[in-house]
Amino acid sequence: MKVIIDQEKCVSAGQCVLSAPDVFDQRDEDGTVVLLAENPADELADDVREAATICPARAIALEG
Amino acid sequence: MNTFSVPTTDNTLTTEVPDFPMARAAGCPFDPPPALRELRDRTPISRVRLWDGSEPWLITRHEDQRALLSDPRISADTKQPGYPHQSPGIKARREDAVSFISMDDPEHARQRRMVTAEFSIKRVEALRPAIQRIVDGLIDDLLAGPKPADLVQAFALPVPSLVICELLGVPYRDHGFFQSHSKVLINRATTAAESRAANAELTEYLDRLLGEKLAHPADDLLSALAERVTSGELTRRQAANTGLILLIAGHETTANMIALGTLALLEHPDQLARVRESEDPKLIASTVEELLRYLNIVHSGRRRAVLEDVEIGGVTIRAGDGIVLANDIGNRDPDVFADPDSLDIARNPRRHIAFGFGVHQCLGQPLARVELQVVYSTLYRRLPTLRLATEIDRLPFKHDGIVYGVYELPVTW
Repeated sequence: MKVIIDQEKCVSAGQCVLSAPDVFDQRDEDGTVVLLAENPADELADDVREAATICPARAIALEG
Repeated sequence: MNTFSVPTTDNTLTTEVPDFPMARAAGCPFDPPPALRELRDRTPISRVRLWDGSEPWLITRHEDQRALLSDPRISADTKQPGYPHQSPGIKARREDAVSFISMDDPEHARQRRMVTAEFSIKRVEALRPAIQRIVDGLIDDLLAGPKPADLVQAFALPVPSLVICELLGVPYRDHGFFQSHSKVLINRATTAAESRAANAELTEYLDRLLGEKLAHPADDLLSALAERVTSGELTRRQAANTGLILLIAGHETTANMIALGTLALLEHPDQLARVRESEDPKLIASTVEELLRYLNIVHSGRRRAVLEDVEIGGVTIRAGDGIVLANDIGNRDPDVFADPDSLDIARNPRRHIAFGFGVHQCLGQPLARVELQVVYSTLYRRLPTLRLATEIDRLPFKHDGIVYGVYELPVTW
């Protein structure tokens, strides 16, 4: 699984960090999403899928 | 009760446009109105009639609400033609005080990003110990005071008010003033004149505080907004409007989730027992999410205007139409949540739309979550015999509120 984030779209709701804290973080200055793991481990796949589904700004895309 | 369909002489059915919002059923204070369910089951997208006679589209399905709330052809700008206003008072306030919640991008994003840092998961987690101290202190006072007590005044309202005051740099000693004026602003029965007057007083109050922060900056959000005024990124009026929306949203919403959430748990004693005895932060977190899904304190729909024709669910919604996105019924959508009308703290309800969806999704949600997690994991443990001191049918529910809840919650222990 490959994770692609769009920082322009991000609205800093923080939902992805709650779903998958090992994959997503927020930058200090404005809470915009930061990607910690571009190719997360398989056991995190469900959490990452949840993050992508609930992201209110649809700023998370998944490949593979 | 509305009449949905009446037989005509040629024996076909003519559908009448139902009034919105609809009334909840007696004895079902946590459930969406029955008429809303009927409408959802029959025509998930249909016209409803509002207080001013306008007839926006009501969107009931979870998936349709998410699609529209994240569609750039849909506007949150209250000045757009067709925008379906909540009430005369809210309409007047939106004309006087434009904050980023009633703006579209790019200006919405520019102003929202000025305050998002303070609500990041990390920053809010850092507040958890302070929130725990506030909650413990209020419970100490409750235990030292008389029984029965009104949980709303003694606990549910002070918790988020103290927290948002600390975050913004608003003196808590003024809580009588800002709570009573906020209450006017979020009541559907408030007239335009009353709303304008309350809004003017609150805006003046925030403006005065901004003046103080300009002169004596502190480590708080109002000082950060004051800095944006100095740098020319915000006008002083814009900064005051932002400060005010954070102050109102920061205490009224969480307060209602504390009181109504407690009532819902008292009515589900098996689940209350699990919350009380749990040492698992995950169960506490899922309890918060499930109560958000189940209760929907924002109960008269999110409101938007349509900028360009949109096809959705087989219906064409035209530019200039209004739409009302009923998150309460959306969060009971059986296509998304199994057994949606049951409260089940063990389920994963993270797809709920209680905080909205799209670019306007609640800015303060991380703070609300931590406040509610601290409250739900502390209150019932420290007051294990907590119970209602009246009959549930006698409670004053906020049927007339923009935000649902109870005006009073008499409890004993």
